[in-house]
Order: sequence, then structure tokens, then C-alpha cells
Amino acid sequence: MKRLAIVVGLVLAAFSIALAGNITIKGSDTLVRLGQRWAEEYMKGNPGSVIQVSGGGSGTGIAALINGTTDICQSSRPMKEREYKLAQDKGITPHEVAVALDGIAVFLNEKNPIAELTLTQLKGIYTGVITNWKEVGGADRRIILYGRENNSGTYAFFKEHVLNEEDYADQTQTLPGTAAVVNAVSKDEWGIGYGGIAWAKGVKDCAVKKDDTSQAVLPTMETVSGGSYPISRELYWYFNGVPTGELKALVNWALSPEGQKVAEEVDYIPLPKDVAEKNMIE
Amino acid sequence: MEKYRFKPKSRIREFIGEKFIALNALAALIGILLIFIFIFKEAVPIFTDREVQEEASLSKMLYKQVYYEGREPKWSWQPISTVPKYSLLPLFLGTIKAAIVAMLFAVPLAVGAAIYTSEFASRRMREFIKPIIELLAGLPSVVLGFFALVVLATVLQKSFGFTFRLNAINAGVALGIAVIPIIFTVAEDAMNAVPKSLRDAAIALGANPWQVSFTMVLPAALPGIAAGVVLGFGRAIGETMIVLMASGNAAIISARFTESIRTFSATIAAELAEVVFGSPHYNVLFFIGTLLFIFTFVINLGGDFILNRLKERLQGKS
Repeated sequence: MKRLAIVVGLVLAAFSIALAGNITIKGSDTLVRLGQRWAEEYMKGNPGSVIQVSGGGSGTGIAALINGTTDICQSSRPMKEREYKLAQDKGITPHEVAVALDGIAVFLNEKNPIAELTLTQLKGIYTGVITNWKEVGGADRRIILYGRENNSGTYAFFKEHVLNEEDYADQTQTLPGTAAVVNAVSKDEWGIGYGGIAWAKGVKDCAVKKDDTSQAVLPTMETVSGGSYPISRELYWYFNGVPTGELKALVNWALSPEGQKVAEEVDYIPLPKDVAEKNMIE
Repeated sequence: MEKYRFKPKSRIREFIGEKFIALNALAALIGILLIFIFIFKEAVPIFTDREVQEEASLSKMLYKQVYYEGREPKWSWQPISTVPKYSLLPLFLGTIKAAIVAMLFAVPLAVGAAIYTSEFASRRMREFIKPIIELLAGLPSVVLGFFALVVLATVLQKSFGFTFRLNAINAGVALGIAVIPIIFTVAEDAMNAVPKSLRDAAIALGANPWQVSFTMVLPAALPGIAAGVVLGFGRAIGETMIVLMASGNAAIISARFTESIRTFSATIAAELAEVVFGSPHYNVLFFIGTLLFIFTFVINLGGDFILNRLKERLQGKS
């Protein structure tokens, strides 16, 4: 419906205001929902502008930017060296703006004595190399793995950031939705799961250490936006060159406290205020 | 004039009307055929497209594969990976395991209930039990699935000390609950269809109610019961929501029923929504859909066949 509304809006506006800015946003599926909400809110405040948002994946979005078929590319990862080169060949100079943050919490059962794990241990656990809690200093019990279905952005993000693109253990039980994962871990004393920040109810968040020597950090809005929590990432918008005019107005609005509040409403983590201000286009 | 209102002009109308009604009757058939064609069409690239075959050929889906150099060959379902793996064996095993548990749980209960209601229960008791069991059929599977995920899994784990909370037994029992009304209804109908003359003959020969039921009615209705079991099996294989929620969805090769399983239907439900359109993964999911379609079609056909044979036999036509 929302997308339909955007399309209808597009048609109407095309008839009424010939000079209206027409912006296309394309890319990451993780960011589609946020992009759509931003577009809706922005269009409410600026009735003249028309924004079209679609997904397809970060790679698709970046390809579209390189081919000049989108104004804004949404990406849940930074562009690769190779992609920058491709863009240059086509006369495109990508301009990167971090617009929001995203983080993943690791859940443990409240009865589990383990309270913190390193990224290496997490990788070992989820790739199936570590199968017993005693290998990470816990009880002599089999580790029961819970995760998300492979269609979820969370699945991909965790795989990329924690497993370094290695496969999940075949034994990982996948459940539809973070709520189901939290529920399963809350009932399974030896379970471990992952999902969005601020979901932990009836389970405890596991503090995560970047490596053996660093401090264990619990996932909260503050530690993610402060950058100390290791399983987090920046989400980007890419433009062709430094944005001007309508595009500039849009990105600055998205970075404004108002835009960042929208991000928080749809379960993303807002950028710290100073970073958001710094990222704004002058 | 009034008398000949239906002649001769209305011949055409009659013809059209008749064909229209026939078309309505055929609509379901055409629907099924079109659905099958559509599903199969999306699976075709597995057999024809070189590029797709490189990732997911028929042999890659069936046999053990070496995915990384220097590692043991294995069956694995990991479609989202740097090396996508599309082995169907773990999924097939999971589907069968869930269906077996479902049948082991549902058949004794459903057949027992059918024998009781058709042979022993008083009229009032029968009027009470039948609708309640048939009400189970109307229970949305998502509700059953949720029940299995939240309640049943814990009960089973506490009672039997399973390592894995969500496993083939948990999913199978929940599936069994969904299958009971199917088996019960068909089996009960089959027993009721046993002609009264046969019963009367048995009673006349001095058989008591137990003997009538177990040596007379049950053997006569056996094909009907078998048909119910077969139809129930078909449902157990195709049922999606329950297994998606209650089985744990881990695609592993294991003979143990206490471990998690991933079924064909749950795989399609979980992965199709976000799969890249036209990718090998997309084709494989539709191939699984085709397999499921054929499985359930053949099974249901078999069930119907048995049922028809029974009817003919009881009516003395064969």
C-alpha cells in the first residue's frame, strides 16, 4: 500500500507540478523500510517532491548508482574498491553519507552462567567448531544454536560481521522472527540466539568482546551509537557527487533529529547527534 | 407460442448454459493444471540453463558434494553462502521424519476413535465426539504451530529430556493433531459404510460386539482406513506452518528423531519471499514445489483409488 501510495503520488505530482524534484532511492533490503518511511515523512513536509523507493539489495543499488539509474543508493555496507573503480570508469564519483546505525544483540538464557563472549568465540559457536559450553568456560552442555531464516537481513549481517562469510553450522535452528528466537532462548537453558537490539525480554544480552584483551560491551542504543559495541554497522546513502538542491535537502532532513527519530521508530539506531550533524551536507 | 418457449431459439442458450456449467466444473481442474505448469516452468532452468546447473544441477541436489577444497564431501542446504549448497536430501529426510512421527501419533488415536464412535459409542456420545474431532480440522495450522513452539516443545523436553527443544517429534506430534480429523473422518465413514446385512449376519451367528467389530467390520473397512491414513500422510507432507514453527528448521542428515529437521514445505515458506527473482535459488525452490506437488498429488490419488475400490467391493461390484 505504501509503495502504491508513493506511485500514485508520483503520477499526481507529475501532472500538477512539472518542475517537481523526482528522486529515486534504490538498494539495500535492510534499508528499504527506513527509506520508505523517510520518503513518506519528507513528502508530507514537502508536498512538491516525489520520492520513489525500491529494494533489491545493496549490490543492486550500487550497480544502479554506477549506471546512473538511481539518485540515491542505499547500502548496508561500504562500497568496495572494485565498485569505486567501476564508478570512476563511468564518470560517477560516489559520495558516501552514513545515515543510521544497526546492531545485533546476542541472547543467552538467564540461567546460563556465561555472560560474555568474544567475537572469535561467537564465530566458533555459530560455525559449529565450538559445540559445548565448557569450551568457552561454561557448563558441560551442548550449545543449542538459534538463528534467523536465511531471507533475513539479520542473518546476512551476522554472517558477514561475526562469521566472516563462513556458513552457519547445519545444526542452527532457524526461526521466523526475532521474537521467536528470544522465546526459544528464554525456554532453552543452553540456547544462544541473535537478533535486533532492545529485544531481550526473558533472556539476557550477552556482552561481546572485540578480542581477548578488549572490554566486554553490552548492546544498548548508547553503546551501538557510541561505536563501542562490536556487532554494529553504519548504513549508508551514496550519491553521485556531493548532493545539491532537493537531494541535499532530503539527506540533511534524514540526518536531522526529526529524521533520526523516524529511524528509531522503525527499529534502527540513530546516529549520535554530533556525527549526524557532521554528516550533513553544507 | 408460450408452449415452445424453449424451442428452437433456446437450443443455443441451452447449449451455452450447459457448456458454461461444464466450464465451471472444469475450472478447478484447469486451475490445478495451470498452477502445476507455472510451478514447473519456474523449475525448468535447473534442467536447461547451464549457468543455473553450475550451482544447482540435479546431481548436486542429490549426491554428496565437496564444497571446499580439502573438506569432507557432505550433503548440505546452505543456499545463502559464498558457495551456495542445494542438497535436497536433508530436506527430504526432514519431511519424511516429520510425517512418520505424525502418522505414528495420529493413526492409533484416529483409528481407535473411529472404531469407538462407529461401533461402541451410544448415539448421544457419537453426536458429541464426532463434531469435536472434526472441529480439530478447522483449527488454523498457525495456531497449532504456535502451540507446539511455545507449549508442546517445553512439555516434551521436560518429559523426555530432549537436548533439542524443537525437533522431529515435537513437529510430528503437532502435525499428528492436524492429521487426526482427516484419518478419523475417512475411517469412520468407511466403517459406517459396512452394510448392515453383514453385521446382522455376524450377530445371527452369535458374535458379540467385539467380535463383530474386530473380525467383521474392521477387515471390511480396512481399505477405507488405509485410504484415510494415506490422505493423512499427504497432508502431513504438505503441511507448512506447523513444521515451520515447531521443527527448528535445521537442515541436517540424522536418523535421530530428537534432532531438529527442516522440511520441503517450510523451506519454501521461509525462503521464497526474499529470494532473488530468477536466481538458481529461486529455481530450486520451485523445483521443490514441483516435487511436493507431485508427492501429494500421487498420494491423494492413491488414497482416492483405495477408497473407490472399497466402495465397489462393499457394493458387491467386484
